[in-house]
Amino acid sequence: MYENFDVTLIEKEPDVGWGVSKANTAIIHPGHEEDPKTHSLRAKLCKEGNELWREWARELDIPVKWPGELMVFTSDEEEKEARKYIDLAKANNIPGVKIVYKEELRALEPNINPDALGAVYAPTAGTISPMEAVIAVVENAVENGVKLLTETEVTNIKVSGNRVIGIETNRGFIEADIIINAAGLHADKISHMAGVEPKFFIRPRRGQYLLFDEDVSVKPVRILHTTPTPITKGVYAITTVHGNLMIGPTAEDLPVEAREETGTTFEGLEHVWKEASKILKALPPRSKVIKTFAGLRPEPPGGHWLIKAYEDPWGFVNVAGIRSPGLTSAPAIAHYVLEQIGKVYGIKLIKKEKWNPFRKDIMRLKGKSLEEIDSLIKMNPDYGEILCYCKTVSKAEIIEAINRMRAIGIKTITFDGIKFRTYVGMGMCQGSFCRWRIALLVSKYTGAPLENVVIKKSGYGIGEVKMLLKEKVSVKTGVSLK
Amino acid sequence: MIEEKYDAVVIGGGPAGIAAAIKATELGLKTVLLENRDILGGIPLQCVHPGFGLHYFKEDLTGTQFIHRFFDRMEKIGVEYITSAHVYSIEYRDYMEKIVNVITRKGVLRLCSKTIIYTVGARERTIFEIGVVGDRPDGIYTAGEAQTMMDIYGVLPGKDIVIIGSGDVGLIMARRFALEGARVKAVIEIMPYPGGLMRNVVQCLIDYNIPLLLSHIALRVVGKKRVEKVVVARVDENLRPIPGTEFEIECDTIVIAAGLRPYVDLLEKLGVAMDPATGGPIVNELLETSMPGVFAAGNALVINDLADYVVEQGEKAAEGAKIFIENRGIPTEEWKPVKKGRNIRLAVPHYVSGKRDVTILARVAKPEQRVFVELPEVGYKVFHMAVRPAEMIRLDLSKDILSKAEKSITIEVKPIGQRT
Repeated sequence: MYENFDVTLIEKEPDVGWGVSKANTAIIHPGHEEDPKTHSLRAKLCKEGNELWREWARELDIPVKWPGELMVFTSDEEEKEARKYIDLAKANNIPGVKIVYKEELRALEPNINPDALGAVYAPTAGTISPMEAVIAVVENAVENGVKLLTETEVTNIKVSGNRVIGIETNRGFIEADIIINAAGLHADKISHMAGVEPKFFIRPRRGQYLLFDEDVSVKPVRILHTTPTPITKGVYAITTVHGNLMIGPTAEDLPVEAREETGTTFEGLEHVWKEASKILKALPPRSKVIKTFAGLRPEPPGGHWLIKAYEDPWGFVNVAGIRSPGLTSAPAIAHYVLEQIGKVYGIKLIKKEKWNPFRKDIMRLKGKSLEEIDSLIKMNPDYGEILCYCKTVSKAEIIEAINRMRAIGIKTITFDGIKFRTYVGMGMCQGSFCRWRIALLVSKYTGAPLENVVIKKSGYGIGEVKMLLKEKVSVKTGVSLK
Repeated sequence: MIEEKYDAVVIGGGPAGIAAAIKATELGLKTVLLENRDILGGIPLQCVHPGFGLHYFKEDLTGTQFIHRFFDRMEKIGVEYITSAHVYSIEYRDYMEKIVNVITRKGVLRLCSKTIIYTVGARERTIFEIGVVGDRPDGIYTAGEAQTMMDIYGVLPGKDIVIIGSGDVGLIMARRFALEGARVKAVIEIMPYPGGLMRNVVQCLIDYNIPLLLSHIALRVVGKKRVEKVVVARVDENLRPIPGTEFEIECDTIVIAAGLRPYVDLLEKLGVAMDPATGGPIVNELLETSMPGVFAAGNALVINDLADYVVEQGEKAAEGAKIFIENRGIPTEEWKPVKKGRNIRLAVPHYVSGKRDVTILARVAKPEQRVFVELPEVGYKVFHMAVRPAEMIRLDLSKDILSKAEKSITIEVKPIGQRT
């Protein structure tokens, strides 16, 4: 966005957004849950982020809804807890927050549990598709000159004479004057590589979720959540921007080293089920759950975000420990980081004249009228070939996703990458009908044999069907057939 | 948009749909068969194993051979069909007028039809539906997906395999993996008896020394990039895992064969009533659903044991469509409900008139030996050496027998010696 920056974005995964951004509650928080006395930066940037996302979602064509949220209370004690958020809303200058009781509550949310006494209503809350938000931002960044390097893992940070000079990666050395550490769950390690904040450690906090099919009858109009108490944190029930009921998360503090523990547990899913049933009038049958998953949030000591531009080494910037409301605040954090860089390093930020703030989403059939679909097919017959039946995704959309992945510099076209861009495999069948069809298309487009097409992180198969028999024959006879 | 008029639109080009389209065309109905894949044939195309056609053709055929017999018939009769045709929605205008909106590479087709025969088949239950927790690495496939990969596209999914569920597809895939030199470490079944046909247990597992773990549950998947192992435990009689019985099986691939569910998406949107026991629509003896002129057959109606039965249902639905069109609706009857008595979990069709011969297919809830299958209202009684949930009970009932029923007919299973 500013002149004279040559920006490279480094990502260890094959695609963007596969860390903390992939699995969270997908909420743009209003900012009435942040205590400005203890976490002033979080409180400030949350409110700003909430406002900025409205602009960003419009400019970048990101799926977002603004239904507002209800923090539901079911007892006098909970009401007392909930009332505290009115004070916080006042302190943070969050508009429209109020307590609503029975009639008003039912009018706002027909799916509310009849036992609910009332709720704190915050009208500025929204839901977003976090993965698509990350993808949209990166597409726009690349369009404006940022270079993306995927499958590139930082192994060390080079400092010379109290200045950073670059990073060492599995793909070689990359020179840099300024290094911004936004490595999510691994940001502490990166910080330590720069010799900064040796006592700063991130603890993974796991959140488990259940996602239901689109066609369930109970779909909350608002974002609902239980009142957090000293014992339990809030559990949400939302209708995602794609129309699925989602409930969760748990909040399980894991050991520092458990940075890949994204597995679900019986206990965790049971807890979510129990808590969610307190706020909804009824949960759909368990058979309507199409997916369960877990994500990790990076919890910093004391819950304090570590956003700082260092003078020693000059050029190293931490944006670390970005726990909730990180997604909400992200656009505001970006501005804040730039401000810090400008201030600490004495860099004058000059806005680019040639700057394209816009990005268009993939053209999709879903939600279009028959006439619109018909004219799209006339334009490009690939819109008339449906490859994902559950979500009605056409071949044209998948090809567009592949082309967009290539355009931002992604080296490995994965099924998951296509999934997050087009929603294939996100329906009831969870890909059992379409995965091979998509993999075939990727195989055709990339020249990779079908078995080598990467699904998430490894190949679709292990080889051609006769490979094990050939191996056996060669062992027996001592003759290699290869 | 292209608009066309039909007597019958058949949705789904597997064995049920093909049989329905052939029969409907033979009966003189202007018929079109729609298939969303780029080839007709459905699942039998990828079934390289035998066991097809024993009932219908009195021959033992592979799935591929079986379905090709129908392709030949289609050609002879000249059945109209469209492949790569995705049914986007169905509009119910009136009992004699339904619009099927179809997305094709040529544009959106609006097919106006008097009847619809719904034969889209089934969907496999996923790992999430059966409640397995843990990691979600690569290397987890449904049995059908693994079969497509191997027997259509020649790709081997993995080499150390654990199969969850002992339904027929799982058993057949266990043998396919074994034949390819892969190691099938175990087939895990939560129930105390296998989920598939006994012939498949013998021919696919016992013949290949593949362990079948009955009364076991897969609890948790472990693996970062690719599946590394699965944690398994024994279950008690309530199917709850018994603490302390957990053990691990190392594997690189998990195949889910935990049963099929009728794929009833479009029927649900039409407002068709469903039977929770079958997961499919409630139908009368002509296989007409609760929406007039909308018929269902094959695995979209009820999960069948044999493709042969599926074909019969397709033909039956076509006959129903013919009767519907000739009479401008199915003539009003006093439909008698088919009731589920002792040890009957499901039965199809749900209503009979007593004026036609009807084949009733039923499944028991639990296995039993030396029993009578009885229809007390009509005095029908047949001895069975054994009944098992995996094997459908087939009752070919003449109208003479069925006409004796006054209000309903009940199917029940009675052990020998127990009085009615």
